[in-house]
Amino acid sequence: MSVTPETQPAPMGPGGGPLLEVEGLRVGFATEDGRVQAVDGVDFELEPGEVLAIVGESGSGKSVTAQTIIGLTRGPNSRIEGSVKLNGEELTTQSESQLQKVRGSKIAMIFQDPMTSMNPVYTIGRQIIEAIKAHDRSVSKKDGRRRAIELLEAVGIPDADRRVDNYPHEFSGGMRQRAMIAMGLALEPSVLIADEPTTALDVTIQAQILDLIQDLNKSRGLATILITHDLGVVAEVADRVLVMYAGKVVERGTLDDIFYDPQHPYTWGLLGSLTRLDQPRPHRLPQISGAPPSLLDLPKGCAFRPRCPHEFPKCVEVPGLEARLPENPNHRDRCWLTPEQKKTLREVEPGRIGLEEPR
Amino acid sequence: MLRFLVRRVLGAIAVLLAISILVFLIFNVVPATNPAARIAGKNATPQLIKNVEKEWGFDKSLPEQYWTQMKLIFTGKVVSIQSHINVDKRIEEGIPATASLCIGAAIIWLAFGFAFGYFSAIRAGGFTDRALTVLALVGISMPVFWLASLMLYYFTYKLEIFPNSGYVSLSNPWQWFTHLILPWISLAILYAGFYSRVLRSSMLDVMNEDYVRTARAKGLSQRQVMTRHVLRNSLIPVITLFGLDFGVLIGGGAIVTETLFNIEGVGLFTSEALKNQDFPSIMAITIFGAFFIVLFNILVDIAYAYLDPRIRLGTSAT
Repeated sequence: MSVTPETQPAPMGPGGGPLLEVEGLRVGFATEDGRVQAVDGVDFELEPGEVLAIVGESGSGKSVTAQTIIGLTRGPNSRIEGSVKLNGEELTTQSESQLQKVRGSKIAMIFQDPMTSMNPVYTIGRQIIEAIKAHDRSVSKKDGRRRAIELLEAVGIPDADRRVDNYPHEFSGGMRQRAMIAMGLALEPSVLIADEPTTALDVTIQAQILDLIQDLNKSRGLATILITHDLGVVAEVADRVLVMYAGKVVERGTLDDIFYDPQHPYTWGLLGSLTRLDQPRPHRLPQISGAPPSLLDLPKGCAFRPRCPHEFPKCVEVPGLEARLPENPNHRDRCWLTPEQKKTLREVEPGRIGLEEPR
Repeated sequence: MLRFLVRRVLGAIAVLLAISILVFLIFNVVPATNPAARIAGKNATPQLIKNVEKEWGFDKSLPEQYWTQMKLIFTGKVVSIQSHINVDKRIEEGIPATASLCIGAAIIWLAFGFAFGYFSAIRAGGFTDRALTVLALVGISMPVFWLASLMLYYFTYKLEIFPNSGYVSLSNPWQWFTHLILPWISLAILYAGFYSRVLRSSMLDVMNEDYVRTARAKGLSQRQVMTRHVLRNSLIPVITLFGLDFGVLIGGGAIVTETLFNIEGVGLFTSEALKNQDFPSIMAITIFGAFFIVLFNILVDIAYAYLDPRIRLGTSAT
């Protein structure tokens, strides 16, 4: 490799330009039932050393967004529009073989289910070495093995020099996710995309994996995109948050913006459905009623409209993702309500944010 | 691994034992007619039937009958009453021809089955896939007797490219080869088509696995993903089929091919035995065939263990 990411020319913005820049990303799939616009105009930037969380229900387009960044959704049935830039370099127009050099080495990705995300017929070590050798053929077997052991140690696998020869089924779920992370780190990428990394794990193991991700983020400056539907996870590690609904970003802001001054009713709903230890136990857990709309048949205007108790005539027009709070231009949302209305409507109980039950 | 092997071999012995008992019952106990008369054949004299009764132990109890008959078969003393040949010896003589036919055909069908299946799978839905699918279906749909007859008619009789049918032993390699080409092809085509379909669907299943996505996310090339991760994990159904098919053929199952091409193998012997209702021969062949099917199933199990470490342990993975 001739140029390290840090020295590569990047378009100058404030602070030298973002590490990863996604602009107007749209991903559509042709299905038997028609065209599905899984991602419909997503923009965000990722700065070095930052943790960006993308939250939303299943089917909101968060995983597709993440996989599209490294071109995993490419195929005869998909249409990808918009731009993804890594250090100013456009990725969407790159050929498959150019993208191969980016995958794993500059942007690593780990997946939801560590049980099925590793090939059961190869040892853990072999799969890590394979990742290294995919980008540097000159690495010898011995060096690769040594490196694999170091990586496993770095992610906290005890007895790594013995464990490296284990098969995935000889690892527990948490250890497999650690091994996946080790594999992701093998080539010292600048971006880690973690697609629901803790969803399939026990709560105690979840905390360990989150700690590990946060650790790596702090110690290596590893910029991280964390995809999750678990706001508890978000609260723990994220710097900034994107809330997605039906393929669109409905709100974006810093962690504090989203948790203490949420603007979009969907975000209220998500926050309201968290159980809180510091408040009396509700007689039943609050939820957002209804189900996410079918992407084949989206409602006109705001996609959240059918589930929103605060719907009013203006909602049949599609709201843009705009800064609606004069004092905070980086906090944007897609809701026509005025900031004052939002402030009063989102309090379902004194001091508690939520989405009141639709009539 | 050793424990795994011992367990499988013991299991196989039990299966063979069960099969031999079943064969014994089917041939001797289930039919209502006198088994000795059937063994002696259609034009037997009462004296001959008496002799058979004595030799095969039909005057004794069932377990003793079973023991006597198995002893006859496994010590190579079964003689067909009708053709006066030693059955075990005839099977033994047929093995080189049958093995030559089956091994050669297997190489051809595996080569084409794998190539077609692989390219179909990586081009799934595209033109190559469709063309190969049609080709595979044509192969599967052609009956062996029809294809073999056509090939014999055109290539040996009309065009005289290949020598007439028959089997030439390996001591004359060129003659051996040219005599076997047509039988190989006619036997292989059906299996090649079938295997390509099985491999294709198995690969398409594996392609949707999470670990294939992981492999792509690591930056492996399409070919590396396909060969190391998809193909390797798609082999199990193909190997299962192969163990069964190959065991059947080696055990005398290539009846049509051997008969049409006049290859003096186990399959031809089988067809003769069936035609003449030569019961001692049919019984011996059945047990011989079962032995090969069981043998190849053990080999398949070993191949599984080699391909998938979770099987090696003998416990299911969590």
